[in-house]
Amino acid sequence: MTVRLGNAVSLRVRARPLVAAAGLTGAVLALAVVAIGTGDFPLAPGTVVGALLGAADPGAELIVRELRAPRVACALLVGGALGLSGALFQSLTRNPLGSPDIVGFPQGASVGALIVITILGGSGAVVSAGALAGGAVTALAVYALAFRHGGTSSYRIVLIGIAISFLLLSIVQYLLARARIEDAQEATRWLLGSLNGRTWEDALPLALALAVLAPLAVPAARVLRALELGDDAAHALGVRVERARLALVGLAVALVSVATVAVGPIGFVALTAPQIARRIARTAGLPLVCAALLGAALTLAADVVGQRLSLPAGVLTGAFGGLYLAWLLTWEWRRG
Amino acid sequence: MSSLRADAVTLAYDRRVVAEDLTVAIPDGGFTAIVGPNACGKSTLLRALVRMLKPRAGHVLLDGAEISSLPTKRVARRLGLLPQTSIAPDGITVVDLVARGRHPYQRLLRQWSREDERAVRAALERTRIADLADRLVDELSGGQRQRVWIAMALAQETPLLLLDEPITFLDIAHQVEVLDLCASLHAQGRTLVAVLHDLNHACRYATHLIFMRDGAIVAEGAPAAIVTAELVEAVFGLACLVVSCPASGAPMVVPAPRRGVSA
Repeated sequence: MTVRLGNAVSLRVRARPLVAAAGLTGAVLALAVVAIGTGDFPLAPGTVVGALLGAADPGAELIVRELRAPRVACALLVGGALGLSGALFQSLTRNPLGSPDIVGFPQGASVGALIVITILGGSGAVVSAGALAGGAVTALAVYALAFRHGGTSSYRIVLIGIAISFLLLSIVQYLLARARIEDAQEATRWLLGSLNGRTWEDALPLALALAVLAPLAVPAARVLRALELGDDAAHALGVRVERARLALVGLAVALVSVATVAVGPIGFVALTAPQIARRIARTAGLPLVCAALLGAALTLAADVVGQRLSLPAGVLTGAFGGLYLAWLLTWEWRRG
Repeated sequence: MSSLRADAVTLAYDRRVVAEDLTVAIPDGGFTAIVGPNACGKSTLLRALVRMLKPRAGHVLLDGAEISSLPTKRVARRLGLLPQTSIAPDGITVVDLVARGRHPYQRLLRQWSREDERAVRAALERTRIADLADRLVDELSGGQRQRVWIAMALAQETPLLLLDEPITFLDIAHQVEVLDLCASLHAQGRTLVAVLHDLNHACRYATHLIFMRDGAIVAEGAPAAIVTAELVEAVFGLACLVVSCPASGAPMVVPAPRRGVSA
């Protein structure tokens, strides 16, 4: 189906991804209502919707709007950023393992945060700054090490990323081992990635950052469709390959940074969401919008289940991601 | 006349110099084949001609202008390339892959014009894969897949088309099929440049041959005018006979029998 407005605008719209996106949006909204209703003081879905629209009693409105909605908003924004970031990383590396989890970003952020918590004794915004710096330095290091002969092969990025992640994990262990017990506790809480006690003060900067970054995915998608065909083919189609790749890595790293800084490392969402989204939308290449929606749904679902089991969301996404990875390696790669 | 030429270029990867002071002009409207032994620099020359390798010295000129100074999308509307290896995304259909050849003509808000649709349709018909349009690329045979990639390059609608070893991994029937397609594209007025391994195919299909050895051009011209046993021996180090091809009359290279080796 093609949408045309004169000669200037012509957009191709495909039914299946559109239906998938609509379905996922519905699922995300329904999940959000359930999530807001979940807690020590359960609320019926009707009450939740009423409170959001400003048509419920003040008590319910307070719980919904001030206590629970920010947490749900954080989960959705973080999940969406992770899903989008993962789709960009995997498209760029042409590898379903090429997600920020595997190439060392969260590990770098963890080292940064832990250095602040256990050595510098900082907290709050300083921890976030440390995480941001750690993640960014890691991403740059991986890219610089993978960069050789004026070109970066995707396998190099993944393999170097894996090597660096292991290195960073051992630093995390070391920092935890030598930390004071209270610092270690605080650090572990950060490492687990939790959405507990999020307020609008956490959600608003996140929303603002994403409002800037997410629209960049539209031009990114266009370039990705050429890059997917291989560097030579993309070159032949008029894409400046290295420059485009650097810009896309920058966008993907910015997205995962924003998410990690806000709530700590939420594992495996960036790895799993794009691949599942592709199977639902049945597109060639990874569907960016569906990946973001699925990332949001996965993170929120993990948080809802986590609240029931008193576990941080990061633990659940990690468990789910591990299962997914095992499935991917045994079934998908046996076929291919 | 040559829209595409390399002027005294030095081509190198890192410190390894592949060719020095190389000058070559691609005849407009010709079907040029670049031949030579492995590692003679023929693919490197092709990469320089499509601005994928920046010469260390000298210039590559497209329509008289330094190719690296032209906007890359404009180059992509003049010059198409069939790379040695490309990657078909999982689950992509033939028509969708061919449609990606329209990238240099598309903009953010103009992603699928009637012109795009016409060009893709024409490319599918030209390569005789219109009936495969909705099939998955993964399901096709090697020969069909190569025609899909050529169709993508055709959808780019460039007057110049460069092919890097387009038939290396195909069996002989598919090799001939792809070369016949190239010949008909040439007959329609496109300028083709192909790096080929098979001398006999090159002699039969190309109108202009460039023989390279050790990064230098040893001879160039029409096959019938330049291909001799001495030239082939000088370039490839192979003792041979050059006879007339019984099917086409083009020069045909037959390796000479070697002493002590019974055929």
